[in-house]
Amino acid sequence: MTAPRVPGWRRLLLEAGYSLRDFFGTFGAGQLFLLRILASLPYALARPRLVIQQVYVAGVQSLVVIMLAGLFVGMVLALQGHNTLSRFGAEDTIGMVAALGLVRELGPVVTALLFAGRAGTALSSEIGLMKATDQLAGMEMMAVDPIKRVVAPRFLGGVIAVPILTLIFNAMGIFGAWLEAVIVLGVDEGAFWSQMQAQVDLQDDVLSGIVKSVFFGVAASLLAVFEGYNCVPTAEGVGRATTRAVVHTSLTVLVLNFMLTAWLLGGN
Amino acid sequence: MKSGCPGADNIIVVRDLHYARGQAMVFDGLDLEIRRGGVTAIMGPSGTGKTTLLRLITGQEIPDRGSILFDGDEVTRMSRRQLFRMRRRVGMLFQNGALLTDLNVYDNVAFPLREHTRLPERLIRHIVLTKLHAVGLRGAWRLMPAQLSGGMARRVALARAIVMDPDIIYYDEPFVGLDPISMGVVVRLIRRMNDALGLTSVVVTHDVDEVSTIADCSFLLADGRVAATGTPEQLRDHHSETVTQFMQGMADGPVPFHYPAPDYGEQLLAPERD
Repeated sequence: MTAPRVPGWRRLLLEAGYSLRDFFGTFGAGQLFLLRILASLPYALARPRLVIQQVYVAGVQSLVVIMLAGLFVGMVLALQGHNTLSRFGAEDTIGMVAALGLVRELGPVVTALLFAGRAGTALSSEIGLMKATDQLAGMEMMAVDPIKRVVAPRFLGGVIAVPILTLIFNAMGIFGAWLEAVIVLGVDEGAFWSQMQAQVDLQDDVLSGIVKSVFFGVAASLLAVFEGYNCVPTAEGVGRATTRAVVHTSLTVLVLNFMLTAWLLGGN
Repeated sequence: MKSGCPGADNIIVVRDLHYARGQAMVFDGLDLEIRRGGVTAIMGPSGTGKTTLLRLITGQEIPDRGSILFDGDEVTRMSRRQLFRMRRRVGMLFQNGALLTDLNVYDNVAFPLREHTRLPERLIRHIVLTKLHAVGLRGAWRLMPAQLSGGMARRVALARAIVMDPDIIYYDEPFVGLDPISMGVVVRLIRRMNDALGLTSVVVTHDVDEVSTIADCSFLLADGRVAATGTPEQLRDHHSETVTQFMQGMADGPVPFHYPAPDYGEQLLAPERD
């Protein structure tokens, strides 16, 4: 059957309308899903072993990726910083520049993006596969709520892991910056650390980065479990859900980062 | 009619069940009763909604119309809490076992006990080993689900299904993909568990020969309704074409061999794909 002919601009408008409706529908479903998870948190907290296991899976197993990424991001920051700052004879401030860049922006954002790629995909595909192999339905039939037993501990594990990973990323980044600036490029070590100590504020800089990472942790974990739980229970459906989880998390983190930065800077 | 077919004491009563998936009608006024204490087979060709019927009876899906009574309680109107209360009295064996892949055999069987009871670990161990022994897999308690064969996985799932001592067990296609030995084991276990534990068993299957050896009563579904009811022998002697085709495994009949298609010759000679 041939579809009725609709003018191009009208079809475009229709498709935009449908996409907008789908977006708000999914957004609303995500909020309701978050509420269900929050209502299930007492259950998860009463079984700390489940949560600790998920912190291990999401956190410890992402550690190598996070540390390596942190190291090289710190090193490249120092390299670029040195290249620019040395033109003005300000290479002594390189420690401060690298640390501020890391703790305020790069640490939380890159950690969240890496978390989405490493742990978020694992969460989505694991929950999706559990759905595809009737494990979630099996739990329902055993009168066990999968949101409580499967989703809430994984969500909580991610929310706990992301800020900790961010701190580790920051530490490794600063170490990388020191390695490049002091050891390789010969910047004065005393100036490197003292500038950093003097200019990086615990509350305005370090804490604001941690606040961001908590928001990113909630967003990344929520999107990962949401996509997995609501996937079409087929091999293709699980694959699509995993991809969606990474793409949506990456965009959400970047948009959220702008909003949080505006909010946190506005308070100053 | 043999004693296994619906009588006065029915644990499940389905009345005037209507259910459609999209535009496709699945049930069109289905009536069915399942007698307490027997082994009941629900049979029918693929796609007749056997598994959907199980999902409706257990409250995993909601019908468009009709009534489903479980031990006198209306399933279609149950809240989630009430559904969970009902499901504690129910065991279900999924087609693939649905074992939790991150837990070993022992923890899978112990799972419902740990979730629903506060029994000491020592007692849980006792119960789990007893149930595993009943299905012949006590020695496999350490294995992970990925290390089990299809038949073993289904036996572990059976041990898990009976660990809370349910009133009724639903088996969704329990014989699919099993070798003759595993199939024989599962067939005998269904009957043995039913009689030893005083259960009611509902077996959804299209394996006529296997289920005939253990079923007290069989329902044959076709066209959204029950096409025939009776003991396996009664179904074999049934005069309806639908029942005869299914029971004798005939390729063509009321269930056509060919999917609806335009004329063969015309399609072959047509210039384009349509």
